[in-house]
Amino acid sequence: MPAILDARGLCKRFGAVTAANEVSAAIEKDTVVGLIGTNGAGKTTFINMITGYLKPERGAIEYEGRDITALPPREITRLGICRSFQIPQLYGSLSVWENMMVGIGIVLANAGQGGFFARGRIWDTRPVPGYGRPAAEVAEHILERFGLADYRHRNAQVLPGGVRKLLDIALTMVAKPRLLLLDEPTSGVSAQEKFGIMQMVLEAVRAEGATVLFVEHDMEVVSRFAQRVLAFYDGRIIADAAPEVALADPEVRRHVVGRARAAHA
Amino acid sequence: MALLTGGLFLPQWAMFIVTIAFAKALVALGLMILLRAGLISFGQALYYCLGAYAAGALGRFLGIADIFVQMLAGAAAAGIAAFILGFLLAKYRGIFFGLLSLALSMILYGLLVKNETLGSTDGFNILPSTLFGTRPGPAWVRYAVLASAAVVSLGLALVVHRYLRTPLGRLAPAIKDNEIRVEYMGASARYAVHVIYVVAAVLAGVGGALAATTVGHIDPDMAFWTTSGEFIFITILAGTGSVAAPFAGALIYEIIHTTAYDLSPNTWQLSLGAALLIIIVFLPQGLWSLVSKMSTRYARHP
Repeated sequence: MPAILDARGLCKRFGAVTAANEVSAAIEKDTVVGLIGTNGAGKTTFINMITGYLKPERGAIEYEGRDITALPPREITRLGICRSFQIPQLYGSLSVWENMMVGIGIVLANAGQGGFFARGRIWDTRPVPGYGRPAAEVAEHILERFGLADYRHRNAQVLPGGVRKLLDIALTMVAKPRLLLLDEPTSGVSAQEKFGIMQMVLEAVRAEGATVLFVEHDMEVVSRFAQRVLAFYDGRIIADAAPEVALADPEVRRHVVGRARAAHA
Repeated sequence: MALLTGGLFLPQWAMFIVTIAFAKALVALGLMILLRAGLISFGQALYYCLGAYAAGALGRFLGIADIFVQMLAGAAAAGIAAFILGFLLAKYRGIFFGLLSLALSMILYGLLVKNETLGSTDGFNILPSTLFGTRPGPAWVRYAVLASAAVVSLGLALVVHRYLRTPLGRLAPAIKDNEIRVEYMGASARYAVHVIYVVAAVLAGVGGALAATTVGHIDPDMAFWTTSGEFIFITILAGTGSVAAPFAGALIYEIIHTTAYDLSPNTWQLSLGAALLIIIVFLPQGLWSLVSKMSTRYARHP
């Protein structure tokens, strides 16, 4: 299978802390990859480098055969890499529906569908790139997929935590990403709900054909949903294998799984 | 329309107040769209003054006094200046944006005060306005200016109203709420702020040209920071609920201002301050929130 993303020899230091030390990984198209590791192991740094928020000191990132190492976040987004956030990043003063519409407006403008000064009617008529349907239908479709339809008129600021999390992920979908990075999609969600939410999210994003990288601390979630696991420790990838192999790896057990268990106890 | 016909029966002094209110409302309209993106400019007088001086210079050096040409010149001067300064300002947010804009307006003030050809601190007088090459009779000048102001303001208000529905218009509150997310959804917040800044400046430039021709005299005080404060006052007084709000706000401001000045020439600022205080305490969303509340009530009980 061809690699959609190829990171080679990424290095990043923050003062004395090495957040990435020769990190290399190729992600195949149409896979679901779990990133595990303790806090500070370098998972989020890895995601931040892919999305252009941080620039690696050494190494290169190729996406669909194109070098994206030096690009700013918005241009990487335009190429089809989107991310969600550990702490949901929403437009707090706007309703759920308006949150979606802002996103769709950006997508339409970037696609040259009339640009930023297009008249109001573009919302009703122009097909949203990637979906081929008008804005309202796309927003409806995504909200439905994420179980958010009933919240559409609620202000983003006053949503319950789990719903904010879902909206944060739903917002990434308006751009129809080909590579989606989910930073702890189930953090702050109760243990019973985790599986249901993960199931819904992955079904929704896989239905749109996105390759998924997700950061997760719950090993049961990882072993159930990931096809492949990248285990981070001290800025390095110490294991890269199928979940049952990676989670059984002695080094992973010592540095990652053991600690995760201890933290959960 | 009502204003155009009603304006015929207004006394001269009232025409003056209404026209000045239009001029200031245009500046406040610009501040309103900046405010929607979370930006407060403490230096919008920069573009107000530039617009006024551009209109004045047309008459002083080229002998052109057509009111529409003046407004066009005001818009162009302000727009070009904002386009250049925008490269600097669009990088800043919050208090830094506010104070930097204040500093820039005070630089213009300083330059004008030192400039002898432009009349230094005294400024200079503006040629009496003409309209498409005709010069209205003395009794009609005020009305002609008022009518032109009303038409131009209505046009610009409609343009801004439409702008609020474009992707860029909808992006502004998103930038205010969460700029990181805006960038991660593929838009450039800096570009958007730059565009909004230029639009706001163009509105202020037209307002400045209009004020210049209405008053018949311009001086560097138009760029002074207290003038900027006045515009912020009007914007807060009005609220950001609708493009009509700044016009209502500016008119009420001018009425309060004139009345307060008439009652007590030495302490009129006190009355003005008290009025603002009352608005902030009782109507934190501005005067326009009264209108929106009433319209929802009517919608419920028709």
